[in-house]
Amino acid sequence: MAQSPMAQTMSQTAILDRSPAEGDEQVAPALKVRGYWASVFYRLRYDPVTMFFGAIVLLIVLAAIFAPWLAPFDPYRESIIGRLKPFGWKSHLLGTDELGRDLLSRLLYGGRVSLLMGVVPVCIATVVGGGLGIVGGFAGKSVNTAIMRTMDVFYAFPSVLLAVAISGAMGGGIGNGMIALSLVFTPAMCRVAETATAQVKSLDFVEAARATGAGTLTILRHHILGNVLGPVFIYASTLVSVGILLASGLSFLGLGVRPPTADWGLMLSTLRQSIYVNPVICALPGAAIFVTSICFNLVSDGIRAAMDVRM
Amino acid sequence: MIKYIFRRLLYAIPIAFGVSVVCFSLVYLAPGDPLQTILPSDASADTIAMVKAAYGFDRPIPIQFLKWLGRVLVGDFGESIATRRPVLLEVSGAMSNTATLVMFAVPLSFSLGYVMGAIAGCFPGRMLDRAITGTAVMGVSVPNYWLGIVLVIIFAVEMMALPATGMGANGSTAFSVFRWSDDRFLVLPVITLSMVPIGIIARTTRAAVAEVLNQDFVTTLRAKGLSEFAVVRHVLKNALPQVLAVMGLQFGYLIGGSILVETVFTWPGSGFLLSKAIINRDVPVLQGTILALSMVFVATNLLVDLLQSMIDPRIRRS
Repeated sequence: MAQSPMAQTMSQTAILDRSPAEGDEQVAPALKVRGYWASVFYRLRYDPVTMFFGAIVLLIVLAAIFAPWLAPFDPYRESIIGRLKPFGWKSHLLGTDELGRDLLSRLLYGGRVSLLMGVVPVCIATVVGGGLGIVGGFAGKSVNTAIMRTMDVFYAFPSVLLAVAISGAMGGGIGNGMIALSLVFTPAMCRVAETATAQVKSLDFVEAARATGAGTLTILRHHILGNVLGPVFIYASTLVSVGILLASGLSFLGLGVRPPTADWGLMLSTLRQSIYVNPVICALPGAAIFVTSICFNLVSDGIRAAMDVRM
Repeated sequence: MIKYIFRRLLYAIPIAFGVSVVCFSLVYLAPGDPLQTILPSDASADTIAMVKAAYGFDRPIPIQFLKWLGRVLVGDFGESIATRRPVLLEVSGAMSNTATLVMFAVPLSFSLGYVMGAIAGCFPGRMLDRAITGTAVMGVSVPNYWLGIVLVIIFAVEMMALPATGMGANGSTAFSVFRWSDDRFLVLPVITLSMVPIGIIARTTRAAVAEVLNQDFVTTLRAKGLSEFAVVRHVLKNALPQVLAVMGLQFGYLIGGSILVETVFTWPGSGFLLSKAIINRDVPVLQGTILALSMVFVATNLLVDLLQSMIDPRIRRS
């Protein structure tokens, strides 16, 4: 079931109860039986759409990492006479911005901040929210109530609103923005992990493990974690695109990086004043956000289909 | 049913309380003293103590919270630091402008998203399905603040067909949805605001419809000799509760997402007020706006839950 994270109805999160030894039904019995992860990668490899967009994601990430070597110009060098010039002007491939800085270089550098601000909060939320969810789902009773009701409070805010409120109150900046986004993603992550854990917990193999004398930690590590990780990972992958959109949105509102640092959201916000002069140039940073977000979304859809997790 | 409504209402109270705690604590998230913005930097210790006492900041935090909550419950949200006007007036004015946008965006996005998703779900794998699914992914992925700028570039800058920003020549107070010259200002913000919910609802509906189509009762209906139209009607009805849950969340998204869209179109709604409050470090307005918006969201979720349980009695029993 394809759903956006914001549209997530967590109660429907299905569990992934396939042991690694189970074979793939597409494979003829005569062939070597693949493990679970091998069959996921097998399915991914023959999914051209996902492979294509995955390659673009990889390119975008690499371009951001290697920006200092790829950028043709210094992204901070201004020029009074060369402002808002069109594509190809004096070897500025994508023209220049409102202060005469090379737009291609700034887009490459901007990707670093935008990707970082989108991805780091998702990682934090996965660890914190996933951890809390597993604890809550496994412990049950009052621990579960305490954790989940607290999460419900944060869940009662529209995500954009909560992100803006927290980072706005804390005074903006990259760090505060990432804290705000982590707080936004944690409750949803926690719900996914909690639902999955509670479902796995009641299955026979957990009961069997307990009967053989396995301790709580052993059960968590060997029987719960592996089964919860699938849905959590899938959900985290859908959040990356949202994270990038929200992070750039915060920068757009002036709550992210401070000028002159290059960031897609901030570039869009400052170039917005110049739409009457050179509209195409002004739309470029947003196009970068859009393309990145689409690619992450499609890749995450593909991974979900390959992992056969219903959400 | 009445028991369920009562239980659900009881459940909403602690949530609303928690939301107000979060809103209250926003003041203390701010770096430094919450009074920094109103006090001059060279204020004497006496002045600081006096202002602190006047604003109640000299009391212990739980007492401050209870006093604040007591005032909020009777509609006193304090005074804006920037304009000196009561926050309630600022917020209610802005909320009504946001409501105007949401009033148009909700029917547009919900109906379009549902129809698109239903069509795609009924013809899985066909060209039509692929086209709709592709559009929906774009709708989900688009940064709406950028879409707004692109629409302004196309329709306002290049074609000069629609106004770029604002609420009309006479300002927000004279705005009327019954006047065509004013409605023109609505077109671009409403489209921009609707795009993401359209995508999300279309995706959810498609998945829900495809799932219901796989269930046994559909085969039974077909075997019974029902026309395809009647079958689809059953399927859509069964897919509705799931879609409704998402629509409720999307309503919240429309409220929250309006921050960015209103900033792009300088639409004087709650989102625009919020971004102004952030720039001015106007904490009472920030607090009041967020409290009001999130309470609307809590109320909507409550309504959606009740509506869902009316459509699908199974929810009531769980």
